[in-house]
Amino acid sequence: MAEDARLQMQDVHKRFGATWALRGVNLSVQPGEVHALVGENGAGKSTLMKVLSGAVLPDRGQIWLDGQPFVPGSPLHARQSGIAMIYQELSLAPHLSVMENILLGIEPHWGPWVLWKKMRQQAAAALAQLEIADIPLDKPVRELSVAQQQLVEIARAMAMDCRVLILDEPTSSLTQQEVPKLFALIRRLRDSGHSIIYISHFLEEVQQISDRFTVLRDGQTVGTGQTCQTSIDQIVAMMVGRQIRELYPRSHRQPGEVLLDIQGLSGPGKPQDVSLQLRRGEVLGIAGLVGAGRTELLRTIFGLAPVRAGKIRIGLWSGPAGPPQRWRQAVGYLSEDRKQEGLALSLSLADNITLPRLERLGVGFFVWPVRQAAAALPWIQKIPIQCQSPWQPVSTLSGGNQQKVALARLLHADVDVLLLDEPTRGIDVGSKAQIYQLIDELVTGNPGQGRRPKSVLMVSSSLPELLGLCDRIGVMCRGRLVEVRPAGEWTEHELMLAATGPADPHSTSVPSS
Amino acid sequence: MSNHPSSPAPVASKGFYPLTQKSFPGQPTGWWNIFNLRIMGRLLALVLIFTFFALAVEGGSFYQPRNLESLLRQSAVYATASLGMTMIIIAGGIDLSIGSVIALTAVVVAWVLNLHQTASEPNWPQKIGSWIFHSPFLLPWLAALAGLTVATLAGLVNGFLCVGLRIVPFVVTLGTMMIYRGFAKIIAQEKPIYPQEVGWLGALLDPTLTAPTPQRWMLLPPGVWLMLFAAVLAAIMLRYTRLGRHIYAVGSNAETARLCGVRVGRTKLIVYTLGGFFGGLAGLMEFSWIGGTGIPTTASGYELSIIAAVVIGGGSLSGGEGTILGSLIGALIITVLSMGGQQMGWPRPVQEMVIGSILIGAVALDYWQRRWRLKE
Repeated sequence: MAEDARLQMQDVHKRFGATWALRGVNLSVQPGEVHALVGENGAGKSTLMKVLSGAVLPDRGQIWLDGQPFVPGSPLHARQSGIAMIYQELSLAPHLSVMENILLGIEPHWGPWVLWKKMRQQAAAALAQLEIADIPLDKPVRELSVAQQQLVEIARAMAMDCRVLILDEPTSSLTQQEVPKLFALIRRLRDSGHSIIYISHFLEEVQQISDRFTVLRDGQTVGTGQTCQTSIDQIVAMMVGRQIRELYPRSHRQPGEVLLDIQGLSGPGKPQDVSLQLRRGEVLGIAGLVGAGRTELLRTIFGLAPVRAGKIRIGLWSGPAGPPQRWRQAVGYLSEDRKQEGLALSLSLADNITLPRLERLGVGFFVWPVRQAAAALPWIQKIPIQCQSPWQPVSTLSGGNQQKVALARLLHADVDVLLLDEPTRGIDVGSKAQIYQLIDELVTGNPGQGRRPKSVLMVSSSLPELLGLCDRIGVMCRGRLVEVRPAGEWTEHELMLAATGPADPHSTSVPSS
Repeated sequence: MSNHPSSPAPVASKGFYPLTQKSFPGQPTGWWNIFNLRIMGRLLALVLIFTFFALAVEGGSFYQPRNLESLLRQSAVYATASLGMTMIIIAGGIDLSIGSVIALTAVVVAWVLNLHQTASEPNWPQKIGSWIFHSPFLLPWLAALAGLTVATLAGLVNGFLCVGLRIVPFVVTLGTMMIYRGFAKIIAQEKPIYPQEVGWLGALLDPTLTAPTPQRWMLLPPGVWLMLFAAVLAAIMLRYTRLGRHIYAVGSNAETARLCGVRVGRTKLIVYTLGGFFGGLAGLMEFSWIGGTGIPTTASGYELSIIAAVVIGGGSLSGGEGTILGSLIGALIITVLSMGGQQMGWPRPVQEMVIGSILIGAVALDYWQRRWRLKE
């Protein structure tokens, strides 16, 4: 690698618990370069950026900044060393003015007093460096548009004398007209000698803006090169080129009647004009990038998000319905965020599992705890969930077991339609295999239980999981359901292409919103 | 396919109970759960504090039956109001207006009892006036009903403001605390109401066991019995009904509750309304405690003692935790401290400082005990 690299990372490792998030990452960024970092969801991009910005300490490996060995010990240390990170969700103080935000933490001061005049000059200088004139210094940041807020954040990085600017999905919240402006700004910064690391899922953007790229997969660097010499197809091949390691059970399934029929469903933002049918005894997978509207689709179906247009028909009913009605219609939803939404962590397993259907656990409005435990137990044993007692708080379980508790809730409620949002995110391989097995048993109809086959609508970011488990797979992109095909007619490569943008992968048009 | 675990993996490893036994540790039913570590610790603290004063107060007067009885009488108001507060805090809310609701109830009760005098005036509608005049025994019942209705409505308004207008409970009840106090003062025209006849309402918290009256067979004052009865009902409601499980779920994680089909808003509304109702019961007792008068400035500052009782009893202000039994013990601890402090001749500020320290100590102990148990 070149000696004069601005930032060089070599063989960086990071382990969380039993899983390696990074297993040997090499990255080299030159001064005056836009370097794209691409990879699937969970490939290790965000962990790598956390290492760079000082939020996480690496376990192994070396980092050099301008030839000096460098270990960012804290976010402050990283910022002072000239590494600025701009996250997808902006991190500004919404009530403070633009100039206060730009100089937050480095206010010019004399003793305890802030020197407002100097502050104004410095903030204006930072904005001038970006050639931005239309942002008033005194305005509270919350009154600005998202694009302007992003500029304020970049100006903050400039005020810190940043040498490496990291942008994480910077276009995801911008409108179509704002993207070219941002790109022009990035090019100006590059030309003035800054190094920019550009993280994006949208490969056309990467093609457009970056000089070089590095591909991460499963925590490793799998390729790097000049963007102009590489086609999107080649980059995609590097991103997904992996063997399927897990085995997916797939029994003989027989699709039955339509349980869920969606016609032209639109929410206030996403989803947009989605139509699909889900039959008894099948698993329908939804692929797509983070932010493509997959979660919003499930939430809209379940009545957790409003319907703007379109129809959701379950059985004979196609009117509006909230979660209580959906449970009664035998529809259940597994949230992707089990800590925030999926589970009541301070409550017990039995309480969590029986919550959606307490009706049959006692006379009238009574609920007998003994029956709660008795109702939860078969599922705890069947899935199985490792625990000491059905009355222990869910917070004492491991992540995989917590997820199984959330899933057991749907089984206790005995729903026909399971809406599963990332059912295996962040859990260990053993638990994953058990969940796959369970899903397969559910849709084939477990003869031992004498239950009818269920149907599953499953969102997942793991393509092998979708290909291995689903009967049909649909791809969502920017709120729309692009295409639904039988799983056998998809490859990982095609799924990735369909998810990352328009059908023509070589178009260089600005992504439409 | 072949190496896939088709049969359930063995659950048993060391320290894991076999999942075939009938009852499990931590099951919320039966006596073994009532006497769990958290409740036992609080009982122990109560006994220790009581023993301290029993030894320290001169002449052993602290554990005289008379003193014990007045301890129960004194704690009845806090304990009754803490029933509703426990539910509200479990559901993740707070009610600062409870002191004002108690005062409002006491004033409304006194005002209705006073109708006995005003009703005889000629400008009253003939029929109602004569009805009240000729059946004075009905009046206390009417007064109690009116007081409870007003308090329940006050709770309903709290709930509606929190749920319907989506204002933070702290702000809502801070506001209604002032508003209800204002109502009380307006009804009483800013001076105490002294009804002539108070009937049984005035005797709710009168001493029974130690008084030379024929009421000795009651053992405890009727108000204390009422409080115990309400506490048992509240505990059963929280532990054994769907509403109770929903209250815990809403407080533990409202998002999860919503996802599980719990009507979160309705649950909160019911909880605040119940809080108002129990505040009304406490108001009836307060009316009796201050000698059968309606003083509009009474019970100010009670809200903080009641919240403290719930928190000492194991309630978590972030919701999802708390028990009726714990709150009752908390109310007793606070009463023992203030009574003991008084009888020791401690100045009032010292009493307040001691209660404050106990509050912080209880929460800190709880937290460290839990962390220690997690590490095990």
